[in-house]
Amino acid sequence: MILKLDHINKAYHTGKLDVPVLHDVCLHVEKGEYVAIMGPSGSGKSTLMNIIGCLDRPDSGTYELNGEDVFSRDDRSMANIRLRNLGFVFQNFQLLNRQSALENVALPLVYAKVPKKERRERARAALERVGLGDRVTFLPGQLSGGQKQRVAIARAMVNRPSILLADEPTGALDSHSSLQIMELFQQLNEEGVTVLMITHSPDIAAYAGRVCDIFDGVISERNGTVNAAQEAERKAEQEAEEALAKMRKRSADMLRHGSEEKEEPDES
Amino acid sequence: MLENIRLAFQGIASHKMRSFLTMLGIIIGIASIMSIVSTIKGTNDALKEKLVGSGNNTVEVNLSSGGEQLSIYDASSIPEGVPVVSDEIMQKIRDLDNVVSATAYNKRFVMDNSMYYGDDSVTSFNMYGVDDQYFHTIGYKLKSGRTFLDSDYTKFRKVMILDQTAAVKLFADVNPLGKTVEYGGQPFTIVGIVSKDDDYEPDIQNVYDYYSNLDESNGLFFIPKADWPIIFNYDEPENVIVKADVTEEMTKAGQSAAKILNSAIRSNSENQATYQAQDLLGMVKKQQQLAQNTKKQLIWIAGISLLVGAIGVMNIMLVSVTERTSEIGLKKAIGAQKSAILGQFLTEAAVLTTMGGLIGVAVGFALSYLIHRFSGIPAAISVPWSAGAVLISMLIGLISGFLPAQKAANMDPIEALRRE
Ligand SMILES: Nc1ncnc2c1ncn2[C@@H]1O[C@H](COP(=O)(O)OP(=O)(O)O)[C@@H](O)[C@H]1O
Ligand SMILES: [Mg+2]
Repeated sequence: MILKLDHINKAYHTGKLDVPVLHDVCLHVEKGEYVAIMGPSGSGKSTLMNIIGCLDRPDSGTYELNGEDVFSRDDRSMANIRLRNLGFVFQNFQLLNRQSALENVALPLVYAKVPKKERRERARAALERVGLGDRVTFLPGQLSGGQKQRVAIARAMVNRPSILLADEPTGALDSHSSLQIMELFQQLNEEGVTVLMITHSPDIAAYAGRVCDIFDGVISERNGTVNAAQEAERKAEQEAEEALAKMRKRSADMLRHGSEEKEEPDES
Repeated sequence: MLENIRLAFQGIASHKMRSFLTMLGIIIGIASIMSIVSTIKGTNDALKEKLVGSGNNTVEVNLSSGGEQLSIYDASSIPEGVPVVSDEIMQKIRDLDNVVSATAYNKRFVMDNSMYYGDDSVTSFNMYGVDDQYFHTIGYKLKSGRTFLDSDYTKFRKVMILDQTAAVKLFADVNPLGKTVEYGGQPFTIVGIVSKDDDYEPDIQNVYDYYSNLDESNGLFFIPKADWPIIFNYDEPENVIVKADVTEEMTKAGQSAAKILNSAIRSNSENQATYQAQDLLGMVKKQQQLAQNTKKQLIWIAGISLLVGAIGVMNIMLVSVTERTSEIGLKKAIGAQKSAILGQFLTEAAVLTTMGGLIGVAVGFALSYLIHRFSGIPAAISVPWSAGAVLISMLIGLISGFLPAQKAANMDPIEALRRE
């Protein structure tokens, strides 16, 4: 088991009020799984993701990553886990605007103390891997949203982490770009990377092999027990969702009718 | 580290105007310190050169009373109990350690009498009665003719040597050698002409020196010391000049000579005239000390500018950290250690101030050169001060960048990423 969270409780303390966010959350993920976490806004998805991402600590609960306890570690060691074992993808890309695509991708390697020449080679390879081999010298401002997110994915994967954490990776993208991102995630997952993705779009969640719902800080497994009836129901649901997604996609394409350029660059 | 320096230059380049204004405080502070230091160093070097002389190492041992040099102008001005300096005493002085040579001489600034050559005459001139050690001790060079011979002294020959000013004033185009001049009713034959070395700078100690060095001064006239009582009618005590072998021993040699000379003085009344050695080295030191104190005060003032500069750097670095909150958050999220973030911002501050320091040193040298050009105050570049200034600038960056860098390093990545 690569991720093992048990009985996680977390509340934010704002002034006198305690705002409980996560209630007794348990989440076990096997190596190589592709998990989507769904839930409405404010339900605690990002809070959970930050805990899984070793950026935050809960009030109580345990977390084992690759069989090792996380919360007993100090900040240095947590940073090291983030550097070596985790890759992050954010909704708003979080690229450094004054650095080229290549420099952005190479950033984790700087902190991993990889020699400069090797940094460049690996960053370039990662960019080629996401289909941006011809954009290495571009600044983020010269890239479209989908391209930016692909740069961010290259950055997340450049240090070869075993887990990819994505918080609404397609939240700021049009459907076409979203599709490309999902294809990338799928390929990475097929190569053995464990993927954990937050989304509120069922279309996007449909790419995951497993979906967890979170509602008011309580997590529940969709299709937790696999029996024939539920499986059939799930299949039907999924098909309905896929049909819906296709329809949405088609209507979206029609709305943007005739536009041959795949993506219009967005300014940021 | 190299990566941090590259990032720092990138950051500075992307905010050229802001970076320059931030550096300005450091530039002004360092530039003023450098120009103060080089101007004062130049002045001190020149002072020592001028007062101590270029390797001549002579020190005057003068009859003084109450701290003032005595000048003898008639019989009544001769101090009580002070004898003429004997050969025996001069020999003792010459035997002192560090003394190369010594001379005893009489000197009179003549304003009320004239020196005649035929119908031409001069007034206002210096008359010297000298021994055979005088010219080479002082450093006069013989230009033509001869210096005084032993026989000039033993036979009381009325012979005279002129300096070049006197030769020009009294003789104009005529060659003075062999001519006879008249002073105090006595005829003197000119036997030689002397001049100081080319790089000679007049050593002005009192009003008489001043007159004797004025352009209107009509020059110096030297006669054998033996002739002095013949024209002035009485014996009078001499002043002494001692030449030391090394500059550092000048003052000591002069003081030892004064002690020997004073041992021959008989009476011991109040206000007694005694021989006092000039302390040129001491004077230089005093002057340099004065300059040093001025320098210290000026550097304190320039230091305030540096302090203001440092506060400016801290302020801009705080702004920069706030502006780059999400960058810091991202870097921490992808695994940058606190120390890496701290290093990045410390480097940026240090690069900023080191650049300021380098520019400041350059501007400081340019300033002191301009001061030199337009006011003639000498300037000398001090390498250790320049290196120190750049180092101090870097240190200022590290100190004033520390708080902002600390703030960046301790930033919570979640909070930082949430902000846009
Ligand atoms: N730093 C914080 N301080 C106080 N409340 C917070 C903080 N972060 C999140 N919250 C609250 O916790 C709840 C869950 O937030 P979040 O995990 O970001 O939700 P989601 O990502 O599912 O939209 C929300 O009600 C939010 O307002
Ligand atoms: Mg969220």
